Amino acid sequence: MDVRAQVSMVFHLDKCIGCHTCSVSCKNVWTDRRGAEYMWWNNVESRPGTGYPTLWEDQEKYRGGWEKRGEKLELRLQGRLGSFANLFFNPYLPTLDDYYEPWTYRYADLFAAPPGDDQPTARPISQITGKPIDIEAGPNWDDDLGGSAIYAAGDPSLGKLSEEERSQIFALERIFCFYLPRICNHCLNPSCIASCPAGAIYKRGEDGIVLVSQEKCRAWRMCISGCPYKKVYYNWESGKSEKCILCYPRVETGQAPACFHSCVGRIRYQGVLLYDAGRIEEAANAPAERLVAAQREVILDPSEATVVAAARRSGVPDAMIDAARKSPVYRFVKEFRIALPLHPEFRTVPMLFYVPPLLPVVAFAENGRKRLAGDFFSSLESARVPVRYLASLLSAGNETVVTEVLTRIMAVRIHRKAKTVGEEVPGEAERALSRAGISSREAEEIYRLTSLSAYEDRFEIPPAARERAIESFEDPYAAKGETGTGFLRRGKGGKGR
Amino acid sequence: MSWIRDIADPRNRRWEEFYRNRWQHDKVVRSTHGVNCTGGCSWMVHVKDGIITWELQATDYPPLAGDLPPYEPRGCQRGISTSWYVYSPIRVKYPYVRGALMDLWRKARAKHDDPVAAWTSLMEDGESRRAYQRARGKGGFRRASWEEVLEIIAASAIHTVKRHGADRIIGFSPIPAMSMLSYAGGSRFLQLLGGVNLSFYDWYSDLPPASPEVWGEQTDVAESADWYNSKYIVVMGANLGMTRTPDVHFAAEARHNGTKLVVLSPDFSMVSKYADWWIPANAGQDGAFWMAVNHVILREFFAEKRTPYFEDYLKRYSDAPFLVVVDSRGEAGSGGPVADSKRLLRARCLNRYRDVENADWKFLVWDDTTGGPRMPLGSVGFRWQEEKGKWNLGMKDGLDGKEISPRLSMLGVHDDVLPLEVADFSENRTFARGVPVKYVETDGGKVAVATVFDLIMAQFGVSRGLPGEYPERYEDEAIPYTPAWQEKFTGIEAKTVLQFAREFASTAEKTEGRCSIIIGAGVNHWYHNNLMYRAGIVGLILCGCVGKNGGGLNHYVGQEKLVPMAPWGTLAFALDWGKPPRLQNTPSFHYVHSCQWRYERGFDEYNSPLTAGAGNGDGRFTRGHTMDLQAKAVRMGWLPFYPQFNENPLDIVREAEEAGAKGDGEIVRRVTERLKEGSLRFAVEDPDAPENWPRLWIIWRGNALMSSAKGHEYFLRHYLGTHHNMVSEEIAEGSTSEVSWREPAPEGKLDLVVDINFRMDTSALYSDIVLPTATWYEKNDLNSTDLHSYIHPLSAAVPPCWESKSDWDIFKAIAEKVSNLAPAHFPGKVRDIVAVPLLHDTPAELAQPVVKDWKAGECDLVPGKTMPNLVVVERDYANLYRRFLSFGPLARKDGIGVHGLSWPIEDLYDELAQRRPTAEWNGRAYPSVEEAVDAANLILHLAPETNGESAYRAFKAEEKKVGLPLADLAEGVREVRYTFEELARQPRRLLTTPCWTGITNKGRAYSAYCLNVERLVPWRTLTGRQHLYLDHEGYIAFGEHLPTYKPIPDPRSMGDISRSRPEGKSVLLNYLTPHGKWHIHSTFFDNERMLTLSRGIEPLWMNDRDAADAGIADNDWVELYNDHGVVVTRAAVSARLPRKMCMLYHSPERTISVPRSPLRGNRRAGGHNSLTRTRLKPVLMMGGYAQFTYGFNYWGPTGVNRDTFVYVRKLPGAPAW
Repeated sequence: MDVRAQVSMVFHLDKCIGCHTCSVSCKNVWTDRRGAEYMWWNNVESRPGTGYPTLWEDQEKYRGGWEKRGEKLELRLQGRLGSFANLFFNPYLPTLDDYYEPWTYRYADLFAAPPGDDQPTARPISQITGKPIDIEAGPNWDDDLGGSAIYAAGDPSLGKLSEEERSQIFALERIFCFYLPRICNHCLNPSCIASCPAGAIYKRGEDGIVLVSQEKCRAWRMCISGCPYKKVYYNWESGKSEKCILCYPRVETGQAPACFHSCVGRIRYQGVLLYDAGRIEEAANAPAERLVAAQREVILDPSEATVVAAARRSGVPDAMIDAARKSPVYRFVKEFRIALPLHPEFRTVPMLFYVPPLLPVVAFAENGRKRLAGDFFSSLESARVPVRYLASLLSAGNETVVTEVLTRIMAVRIHRKAKTVGEEVPGEAERALSRAGISSREAEEIYRLTSLSAYEDRFEIPPAARERAIESFEDPYAAKGETGTGFLRRGKGGKGR
Repeated sequence: MSWIRDIADPRNRRWEEFYRNRWQHDKVVRSTHGVNCTGGCSWMVHVKDGIITWELQATDYPPLAGDLPPYEPRGCQRGISTSWYVYSPIRVKYPYVRGALMDLWRKARAKHDDPVAAWTSLMEDGESRRAYQRARGKGGFRRASWEEVLEIIAASAIHTVKRHGADRIIGFSPIPAMSMLSYAGGSRFLQLLGGVNLSFYDWYSDLPPASPEVWGEQTDVAESADWYNSKYIVVMGANLGMTRTPDVHFAAEARHNGTKLVVLSPDFSMVSKYADWWIPANAGQDGAFWMAVNHVILREFFAEKRTPYFEDYLKRYSDAPFLVVVDSRGEAGSGGPVADSKRLLRARCLNRYRDVENADWKFLVWDDTTGGPRMPLGSVGFRWQEEKGKWNLGMKDGLDGKEISPRLSMLGVHDDVLPLEVADFSENRTFARGVPVKYVETDGGKVAVATVFDLIMAQFGVSRGLPGEYPERYEDEAIPYTPAWQEKFTGIEAKTVLQFAREFASTAEKTEGRCSIIIGAGVNHWYHNNLMYRAGIVGLILCGCVGKNGGGLNHYVGQEKLVPMAPWGTLAFALDWGKPPRLQNTPSFHYVHSCQWRYERGFDEYNSPLTAGAGNGDGRFTRGHTMDLQAKAVRMGWLPFYPQFNENPLDIVREAEEAGAKGDGEIVRRVTERLKEGSLRFAVEDPDAPENWPRLWIIWRGNALMSSAKGHEYFLRHYLGTHHNMVSEEIAEGSTSEVSWREPAPEGKLDLVVDINFRMDTSALYSDIVLPTATWYEKNDLNSTDLHSYIHPLSAAVPPCWESKSDWDIFKAIAEKVSNLAPAHFPGKVRDIVAVPLLHDTPAELAQPVVKDWKAGECDLVPGKTMPNLVVVERDYANLYRRFLSFGPLARKDGIGVHGLSWPIEDLYDELAQRRPTAEWNGRAYPSVEEAVDAANLILHLAPETNGESAYRAFKAEEKKVGLPLADLAEGVREVRYTFEELARQPRRLLTTPCWTGITNKGRAYSAYCLNVERLVPWRTLTGRQHLYLDHEGYIAFGEHLPTYKPIPDPRSMGDISRSRPEGKSVLLNYLTPHGKWHIHSTFFDNERMLTLSRGIEPLWMNDRDAADAGIADNDWVELYNDHGVVVTRAAVSARLPRKMCMLYHSPERTISVPRSPLRGNRRAGGHNSLTRTRLKPVLMMGGYAQFTYGFNYWGPTGVNRDTFVYVRKLPGAPAW
C-alpha cells in the first residue's frame, strides 16, 4: 500500500444557486491581471449547456484526458499529434473564441464626452485590441439557459438521451436546469502533467495540489489540450500556463480556498482523503461501468489500523491522518456514497466530487392546463432531471450508481419529514431508508452535514508544517525576520528566498 | 503510475512564493455594501500597499440556537465585485459641473459678489436657464472645485427658500437601513432647511399595501434563518436564488430537513430549479390560485370537518368573529358609520356601550356565554383612549372585564339567512349567497349582523347548506372560487390546486402553523398587488400560521428594516431641533409633478365597471381622475403634498402676522380661513404653475432619474427639460375637475439637480452637478436588515479616494456653506408653517369615522381632523450647520420612540454629553455628531435594540399601554451596551424590543408577530386583530372589503400602446422587469465583472417561439417600444420563459452599451423605465382611519409597473452608436 494524502473536495449541487460568487472571489485574487482576463479558474456552468470554454467535454474536438487503447491507457492527444515537429502546431488547442474575447467599456466617455446633441454611452471594447467589439461570447454565455435552443441543446451529454427525451426537455413541463461549478480537479492521474514536455507540472507530495511551475513552463501549451476539463489556461502576457492552485497560500495557513470560503450556497466541503497510489492505474483503467466503484476503492479508510500504519510508512504525517479521519469529503464519498466524480471516463481520477441535484417534479399539459406529478417531494420517478443525463456527467453512464445516490438523498428527506411533521403514509420513512440501504443514524448524519454544518465542519484543513518546509532551505528564524523583503535580496544573485 | 512525479521537496518548489506573495496583504477591515438589497452581509476588505485589493465574507456572526444552520458566509457575486468599482474608470473622483451651467454661473458670479444674487439673476434669465437644462445628459462635464460646487448648491438652496419656499427643495435617497448615516446626513440637512424627503419603499412598489391593510404594519417578516423552521414553504413573486442569494441556503437546508418547497412562477427561474414543486402559473395570477386554495381550505378544514387549532387561532388573532352589519333594514337614524351596511357594528350603536370612550372605534363579537354582542379589548378605540392598559388581545369585555366566548359563525344560532351580494370581478357580475345572521337592537333600530367568518365563507363560495348561488362542486368552473374556476387564469389544473391546498393546510395543522409564504416584487409590482397578497395572507391566517416561527408571510423586496429606528429617526429627521418634518410620498409626487397625470383619463378606465355602479355611494370614490382624488386626498389630510401651498410658507406666516395673528394658534387659524375662502390654495390643485414647481433636487445613494424613475422619459421632459423619446398624448384635459389645466405643459421644472455618487450612472449623467462620494469601503456607517438579526458596520478600509467625501461629510459641507451665506438673507430666525397629513400611530387614526369633504361643504375645516395638520416651525439658517453637528435639546426633552410608543432618555443623553465628544456653542454643550462615528455611537447608545436599558424602558412603556407584563423579555439584558468599535470587531445580535414584533431571546430566530401571538399585544389595526375584512367606505365601494380577485387591466385601457403600432414582424408582450442576477437594481450593472459573467448588456429575455414569430434569433439586437419610450438591447432567447411575456431585468443603465433607436429618430435609446408610467391605485390613497392612515413609506399608493405592454421587433440593420 503506497498511501498518500490528497486535499479533496465535494460540491453539493442540490444546494448550488449558480450565483458565481466563487468565480468572482477567485478572479479578484488570482486572475485580475493582463494576460489572465479571460481565465476563470473557477467557473460555473448552467446545465444543460455548452460550458466554458465552449463544448469542453467534447474530446473529439479537444483530445483531452486518457483513453483505453486495448488494455493500455494513453493520452488521447498522444499519437494524434504525430512527430515532435507537430508540437509547434496543435490543432486541438482551444482558441480565444472557444473561451471568449475579454472586453470592457469606454467608461471614460461618460466623463469626457464633449457637449453634443445626444447622450453619450460607453461602448464595449476588446481588452485585447482596445477596439469596439461585438460581444458574442462570454464565460457564462448560456447562463440560466440563455439561448437554450442553441446552447443547451448542444450539450454533449444530452447525446446520451433518447430522441423523445431530447425533444421534451425544452417544453416547460420538462425543462430542467442546474449549475455545475468547476475548478481544477487536482486529479490522481492528471493528463496535464503527462502532457507537459517541459516537466513543469507536478503534484505536491504533501497535499496532492497540482501546480504549473511558473519557472519551468515553456509555453508548449500541451497541458491545455491534455486537460479534458480545460482547466489549464495560457497567459498570453507572461507566456506561461496557469491554473487553479487550490489557493495553497490560504490552505497552507489553515484557510479554505477563496472560492470555498465565499460559497454562499454553502455547497462546498474540503478535506483530506488517503489513497493508495499503487492502485491508481487500476482505477483509471477500469471498465466504464466500474469507474466510480474503482475510484472509491482507491480511497482508503483512515480509521483502519493497516491504512494508518501504511500511511506512516509512506511518510504521511500524523496530523494529515487525523485530518483524514475528520474529513467531510471522506464521509460524502465513501461513507454516505452520495458524491460522484465528474466525467470519470476521462480517466484522470478527478478528486472533486459532486452530490447530484434534485429537481422539481415534471408537469403534464392537457387542454392548455398544467398538472404536476402528484409526489409530495421530488422523486426519482418524477424529477425533471433525467438520470441518464446525470449518469453521463457523473458516472460514465452507469445509471445504477446515480439512482443509488438519489435514492439515499431522498430517503433522508422523507426520514426528516417523518420526524418533524409526520408521515403521509405510515411506515414510509422506514421503507425509504431500507430501499436506500441506510440506517436512520446515517440519515441523520447526512442531514446534519448537509444542512447544519458550520464553516469548521465543512472545511477540514490539515496543518501545513510550513516551518519544516522552509527549514529545508532556510532557517525559519531567519525567515521570520526576512520574509517579505524578497526584492532586494533576490537582486544579489537570487540566493535569498 | 511511473510517470507521476509527486514533488515533495520544498527546495524544488521555491517559485511557489509567486502566488504566496500575491495573497499577502497589510490589513483587513470589516465593512459592507450600502446598496439596496437588504442582504446586510458583513465583509472583510483586504488592503495591500494602501490599495483595496479584494474582499471576502466575514464568517463570525454570533450563532443562533443550535438547531439552526449558521449564517456564514453572507455575500453574493455582486457584493464581491465592489472592489472593482473603487479604482475603476467609472469612479467619480472629482466634483463635476456641466459646462453650459458652469459658464453661465461664472458669468453671473462675476457680476454679483453675493452668490445668492448671482443664482437669482441666472434663474430670472429664462433663456439661460433653459439653455443649460437642454444640455442635461448630453456630455460636456467639467471638473470643478469643491468650493465652487458647494457655493452653487448653497446659493440655489437659499434662493429657493427665499423666493419659493423650502418645500420646493427635495431630496431623494432610498432605504436608509443599508447605510443609515449616509441617509441621515442628507435628511438631517434637508429637514433643518425645511426641505422635503421623498419616500422610496412605496415608490419602488416594494411596500406591500396588504401589510398595513391586514396588520397595520409597514412590513415585518422572518429573518431568513426562520425559513428553516418552516415545513412548507411557498415562494411566489420572489426569485430567491437571484435576489436572496446569501439566504437561499436556508431553503435548501430546510428541504434536506424534510420541508417541501413549492414555487409559483411563470418561468423556470433560479428558484424554480430549487423547488419540489414548480407550479408554472401564468404571470400575475397568483391571486386566482390562492383564492381557489382558500376555497378548498374553508370547505375541507372548516365546513366538512372542524379543525380546532385553526378555529381557536381565528378567534384569538383575527377579526373573523367580529360583527358586520349586513342589512340595516333602511331604518332611519343611522346617519353615521354606526349601522351602515357592510360596516363593522360599532359599540356606540348598543345601549350597553353607548357611553364608553371612543365607542365609534370599538367593535363587537357574538358571545356564546351571554348570547349577545360583546365588546372585546384591543381595538383602536382602546389604544387611543385616556384610560390606558386595555389595549390588548384579551377576549374580555371592555365594560365589565368578563371573559367572552366568541362565535366564529352564526350558523346554528342564526335568526335568519339573508342574501349577500358577492362580486365577481373576473366576469363583472354578482351572485347572491345566503349568509346566516342575528338581529341586534341598536340605537338606529334592529339590524342584521353576520360574522366576518360567515362573510368569508360566502365570499369564497362555501355554502354549508345555505341557499344562494354557491358552486356545488370543485369542478364548477363558472363560479368563483373553485379550483376549476382558477384554471382559466392560472393555467394550472384543479387537481394540483387541490393537492396543494390539502398539503398546505394539513402541514399547518400538524405543526401548528409552520407554513410560510415567501413573496416579493413578482407579485407586488402588479396594479392589484394588494389583492394578490391578501389572497395568500388569508390562507396563512386560516391555517394559524402568522406569528409562528416557521410561519407567516415573508415579503422580501426592498423591505425596510432600519432596526434602531427610534434614535435614528430623531437624528435623521432633525427632530432634536424641531418637528414635524416634511416627508412626501413619492408616487403621488412624481405622478403630479412630472406631469404623468396629464397623460391619462379617469381611473375607471382600468377599474371594474361593477364598482362604478349603484350601491357604491354614487361613485364618489370609484369614478373620476386619479389627479382629482390626489388633490382631495391632500386637502382631507390623507396624503402629504409638497409644496404645500401656492405661496412661500415663510410669506404665509408673515402675511398672517401682518394680518394680526398672534401666536401659533392664530397663525394656523388665519391659514385655515384663507384656505376656506380660497385666497390660499393647495399647490397640488395647480401643479404646473411655476410657483408650485419643485426647484432643487439632491439625489444620493440612489438612481432617481433612471432605476426608480417610473415614467423616466416624462422625467426627462418635464423635470429636466431635455430630450426624450416619448410619444404619448396629453389627454387629461376636461376629465379633471379639481385641478387647473395649463398649456403648454411645463418643461424643465427643476432649477438644479445635484447627484452624489461614486459612479457615473444615469442619474449622475443627467444631473447638473455630480459630487464624488466615498465608496462603502471608505466610510463609517451602520447596517441592519430584516434578513438577519445582527447589526454591523461599514468602516473605512482606506480614506475616501481622490477628492471624494462620505455622504455625511458632504452634507456637513453643504450645511456649512448654507450657514455662511445665510446671514445676509436670513439674519435671524424665521418662522415656517408645515402642513402634515393625518398620521399613522397617532390619535389621528380616529380622525375620520366617515369620509366628509370640507370643500364640498360636508364638514368644517379642522386642522388635524378634516384636513392636514398645520404646525408653525422655527428655522435658524445662520446656525443650521451648528445644529447639524449637535444632537439637540428636544431629544432630551421629548424622549425617543416609534409606532406611537415613547420613553425618556434624559440620563442616556447626559451620559453621551459626558463620555462622548460634544459640540459647544451659544454657551451650551450638546452631544456631537460631527463625525459619522459619533453619530453611530449615539444611535447605538440610545436604541433599545442595542442598549438593554433602553429596551427595558421601552417594554415598560409598552406595558402601560397594553396592561400585560412584557418587560421580562428585556430583564436579562439590561446591562448590554453595543459600541461602534465593538461592532467592528464582530457583528452583534439585536435585542428583543416592543418596537418590533419578533422574539429573539435565547438564539431564537426572528419571526414577525410572535410578540402579538404570545404576549397578546394587539396589531395596530381597527380591531387590534389581523383583518380579513377591510372596513372603510372606499374599500367597500371598490369591492375590496373582502378578499377578492380582479383581473389584470387591459393594456389598451392603460395607455401603453395608444399611439404605438406594430412595426413589421413585431410581437406584443407583457413587459416584466424583475430583479436581475448581475446587479442590485442598477448598482453593479455597469461593473465589468458582472457584465462579463452575463452578456455584456442586460438582454431582453423572450420565449423561443415568440422570438421566431418576430424573426429574432438569440443575441440579435432588438427594439422594444410603447408610447412611453424605447429600449434597444439584445435578445436572450430561451425556452425557460413562457410565451406572451418578456423580461428585461431591472435595471440597466442607459450609460452602458445603448445604441440609437431607428424608431425614435435615431436618438439614444433609453432604459427599462423608458417603457413605464405611474398609475396610482385609489383605495391606497384613503386616510385618517385606523390602519388606513398615512405613514412615510408605510401607507399610500405604490409605483406599480408590471401591467405594462410593449412591442418587440428585431432592430433593422446594425446598431448605430
